[in-house]
Amino acid sequence: MAFALEKQAIMAGLSDPMLPSPFCLQRVRKETYDTFTLELEPANGAGEFSFAAGQFNMLYAFGVGEVPISISGDPSKPQTLVHTVRAVGTVTQALCKLKRGEVLGVRGPFGNHWPVEEAVGSDVVIVTGGIGLAPLRPALYHLLSNREKYGRIVLVYGARTLQDMLYKRELEQWRSQLDLEVDVTVDTAPASYRGNVGVVTTLIPRVQFDPFQTVALVCGPEVMMRFTVRELEHRGVEPENIFISMERNMRCGVGFCGHCQFGSVFVCRDGPVFRYAEIQPFFAKREV
Amino acid sequence: MTIENAERILGEHPFFKDLERSHLQLLTGCASNVRFKAGEVIFREGEPANLFYLIRHGTVAVETFAPNRGAVIIQTLGEGDILGWSWLIEPYRWRFEARAVELTRAVALDGTCLRGKCEEDHELGYELMKRIAHVIEKRLQATRLQLLDVYDGVRS
Repeated sequence: MAFALEKQAIMAGLSDPMLPSPFCLQRVRKETYDTFTLELEPANGAGEFSFAAGQFNMLYAFGVGEVPISISGDPSKPQTLVHTVRAVGTVTQALCKLKRGEVLGVRGPFGNHWPVEEAVGSDVVIVTGGIGLAPLRPALYHLLSNREKYGRIVLVYGARTLQDMLYKRELEQWRSQLDLEVDVTVDTAPASYRGNVGVVTTLIPRVQFDPFQTVALVCGPEVMMRFTVRELEHRGVEPENIFISMERNMRCGVGFCGHCQFGSVFVCRDGPVFRYAEIQPFFAKREV
Repeated sequence: MTIENAERILGEHPFFKDLERSHLQLLTGCASNVRFKAGEVIFREGEPANLFYLIRHGTVAVETFAPNRGAVIIQTLGEGDILGWSWLIEPYRWRFEARAVELTRAVALDGTCLRGKCEEDHELGYELMKRIAHVIEKRLQATRLQLLDVYDGVRS
C-alpha cells in the first residue's frame, strides 16, 4: 500500500498526494442550469498542470469538503486546469458558487487514463451521456489533435433535454468537422426540435465504424453504460476493446482509504478507466 | 415501382435482411414507394393503422400530445428503421402521431394485405412476427432506459 501511495505521488509529481495545492479560479462558464466549467490556474505560481485524458482531481472547497472531479480540459494545454462541475451536493454547490479570483484546493491528477495510444490505427467510438462527456472531452481533444493516427472517430452523445447538453458551441463545431462523426440525442424534446430524440443507446446501431477494429470509450451513468456495452457487443465490439470510466466514492485518490473499492480493485488507483473485459464479472452485480 | 425494383428495395432494407426470396416476392404485392415532405404528418393518433413503413431515407418524429407540454417527440426514426406496428395488433389504430422531420422516402406496406399474407403463409407470418418482436423489444428497452431518467445525479 505504501508503495502504491509513493508511486501515485511520483506519477502526480507531488511530494504529498494528500496535500492540496491552491488554485485560483480564472473563469466560470455556465454550461447548463446546474453545471459549470471552471478554469483554474496555480495560485502559488507553480508551473503547468500535466495530466492524461481520463484522470481526475480532488477539488477542495475550503471549509466545506472535497470531491473527485474529472479533468475536462485539453491535455496539450496544461497551463489551465479545466473542470466541469455539476452542482448536486454541498461541495459541488460551493465550488460552483466560487467567484473569479477565489481559491480552491486541488490534489491530483489521480487515476489512469483513456487508452488513446492503444487505439492508434483503430476506429474510436465515444459513447457518452449527460455529464459523462466531461471526462471524455480531453480524449477527444487528443484524438483530434492526432487525427491522422486514427480511423473513424465517432462521438455519440445523449442528454436528458437540449438544455442539459454540455459544450453546445463545441458540439456544433465538432459536427461541422468532416473527419469526425457526431451524433447527438436527447431523451425528450418538444415537437419543434429537429434533432434526434431517443436514448443514447439507440444511436449505436446507426453509426458507422468497423466493430472488429474499434476501441470504444464509454462514460455516463452506470445504467446507461450497461445498456451501451450490450449494444456495442451486439455490433461485434469485443469486451477487450470497450473501456468504461467508473464512479465510486473516491476519497483519498491514491488507493489508501478503500472507500472506492470495486470488486478486487480501487477505482481511484486502478481506474477510473477500466477495460470492460476485466471488470465484466462484477460490473452488473448489485452488491459490488 | 416495378416488381423487380420492389423486391430489391425490400431485400435491401435491414428489416427484411436475409428474408427468403419467396417471402420477399409475396410481400412485393403489398408494397409501394412513398415520399413525405418536411413537416408532413404521416399518420395521426387514433386513425386506422392500415400501413407499415420501412424508412429508406430521412427522419421521422413519433409524437404525442401531453397536457401542459404540448406536442412532445417520443422518438426519432431514421434510415433503416421501421415505422408503426399498429397494423398488426387490434384494434389497428395508430397510438401516436408521426411526422416527417425532413424529406423522407419510405416503402409503405399495406397492413391488411400483409395480415392476409401472414394468415395464408404461417412461415412468413412467424418470420415477420419474430422481426417485429425484435423491434418492439428494442424500443421497450429504450423506453425503460428513458423512464429511468439516468442522467439525474451523476458525477462531474
